[in-house]
Amino acid sequence: MKHIKLILFICLSLCLTQAIVAQTATDPPAETAPAVQPPAPPGNVILKDLPNDEGHGILVRWDLSPDDGAGRNTVISYDIYRALSPSAPDSLWMNVGTVVLGTKRYSDKSVEKDAPDFLPKKTDLYYRVVAVGAGVRSTPASAGPVQAYDNWFNSMKMPELIFCIVFLILTVRFINMAKRGIDLYVRPLAGIEAIDEAIGRATEMGKPILYVLGIGTAGDIATIASFTVLGRVARKVAEYQTSMIVPCCDPVVMTIAQEIVKTGYADAGRPDTFKEDSVYYVTSQQFPYVAAVNGTILREKPATNIYLGYFAAESLLLAETGVLAGSIQIAGTDQVSQLPFFVVACDYTLLGEELYAASAYLGREPLLLGTLKAQDYLKAIVLVLMVALLALRVITGADVISKPFDAPWW
Amino acid sequence: MTSKTAMRILMAIVALIFLFSWIIKSGSGVSDSTFTNVRDGFLITFAVFLTLSIFSFLYHDNPFYKFAESLYVGISAGYWMCYGFWSTVVGNFVPRASRSLSEFFHVPYQERADHILIYIPIIFGLILLTRLLPRIGWLSRWSLAFIIGTTAGLNLTRYLRSDFISQVSNSFIPLFVDWKGAGDFINHISLAADGQFIAILSNWVIFVGVMCGLVYFFFSKEHKGTFGVASRIGIWILMITFGASFGYTVMGRISLLVGRITFLFGDWLNIL
Repeated sequence: MKHIKLILFICLSLCLTQAIVAQTATDPPAETAPAVQPPAPPGNVILKDLPNDEGHGILVRWDLSPDDGAGRNTVISYDIYRALSPSAPDSLWMNVGTVVLGTKRYSDKSVEKDAPDFLPKKTDLYYRVVAVGAGVRSTPASAGPVQAYDNWFNSMKMPELIFCIVFLILTVRFINMAKRGIDLYVRPLAGIEAIDEAIGRATEMGKPILYVLGIGTAGDIATIASFTVLGRVARKVAEYQTSMIVPCCDPVVMTIAQEIVKTGYADAGRPDTFKEDSVYYVTSQQFPYVAAVNGTILREKPATNIYLGYFAAESLLLAETGVLAGSIQIAGTDQVSQLPFFVVACDYTLLGEELYAASAYLGREPLLLGTLKAQDYLKAIVLVLMVALLALRVITGADVISKPFDAPWW
Repeated sequence: MTSKTAMRILMAIVALIFLFSWIIKSGSGVSDSTFTNVRDGFLITFAVFLTLSIFSFLYHDNPFYKFAESLYVGISAGYWMCYGFWSTVVGNFVPRASRSLSEFFHVPYQERADHILIYIPIIFGLILLTRLLPRIGWLSRWSLAFIIGTTAGLNLTRYLRSDFISQVSNSFIPLFVDWKGAGDFINHISLAADGQFIAILSNWVIFVGVMCGLVYFFFSKEHKGTFGVASRIGIWILMITFGASFGYTVMGRISLLVGRITFLFGDWLNIL
């Protein structure tokens, strides 16, 4: 009985094995995907130092893989690798960029010393370009060595150079003319002419003059222009023996303003009447500064408020408070978005460049007058250039005027 | 009743409202912790008090505005002083200057060869502080000259590109867009925004606007005759631009006001 069970078990096992083998034999063979061929590699890799840079860039160019948009059409992108040696193991070839199919060039640029892909200057570098398909990659096309150099001259800034040279020549010429005593006409600026009148009014009323330099830093052009006017105002204030309040939003601006006002008092022959506390720092944040200046306007009730410099959202808040206090207000800024508020709330407004012209108009100093004249003539040159190029386009129909300063035609 | 007495009564009323609001807001807190509810109630009430104090300026200068102003200025000045110390001194100077100082301030020490360069701004910074010593205060002018000179020089090329060359370049626009003759232009004239007529009109407005604007900002010639007419057109174009800009910005400010109103009526009074 025992043997019968064993024989039955063996037979059953054999039958099962046979059935499984038969089943496997009848199953259709698994369909194997056809092997995807890697794309052909790109050709003719050319390396060149990237021009007009500080020496941390290489321009990599190559011919498209024959399978990019043609042939088997399997290229999706190109990977660009960099290494310090042509025989470096694959792990030391750093992927510095990927570009989409159809692209023939890549600017490898990395200036940050701490960046992992930092590109050192004056060092032999080797590159590989690999065409990438869906899950497959071509054999790399290699080139090198190449070195990155810093360039002394950025040819993309040629227009700046030309304009600077023209401006310099004009400025020197007009400064010399002014120094020789030739009268250089500057049209009257109502806002600036009103300053003397406003200082006189403050003196008569026995009230102070508030001079606000805005919220710009000492490097802002509008603040620098305002410094010049501040010097002139300080001198007049000292002459008329009235008082002056200059709340500042920037500590460096405050320091410079103190020096300027002090010099103004000294120029007027009254250095002893200068009070250092009249030029003070409030805070560097915009709205607390406005809150403080507004409070000063309402408490001190200055006869004249002069807002010249860089202004942002605080322009209307200040000017509106000045109206409430009944002050004469003269404003000027180069911030186009803030000019509307000054125009509606102030008695006189210097629009944009008038702020820069104000210092020359007030001082009549040869240096400032010469600069102003040079600016005017540069504007005239631009005006003539625009008309001439547009006329040329209309007459010839040639597209000679599209982005004349952006194209590297030089 | 003197104004002093009236002010005292007003302050007492404000204090009562403040306390009442604090109690109510603390009671309506959603947290399980009583401390959190009381704290949040105080913060909301204090924010409302400061908001209304600033708004009170619209009526008149008053002690509430003075308090809010002083608090605002004081906190701001203190904040910027701390920010300046931690970002400039601790953030920039310490990690480059000394390993032990870096460890003291818990900032990573940066060991680099060009550290010597940091002593140039440090020296100029120290020179700037000589203003505090009247005898050698004149030295501070060196720093000021350096600041103004370098920033003006650096800004020259930057602004020459952004404010001059780029703008001039963008003003070179075709005055006759897709021009195929006067007959074709008249036959296809339409007021469609993307049509040829509007494109030509826009470009002419830009061209004339730029020309006349430049004439207005020409200071070397008296604005009379043809020059005066062009200058007048220039200032008209400027004023129209300012008008549009004014309206646009006022709408932005209204949205700020809406934010405050939402806070007062929503977060505080729970009406919205």
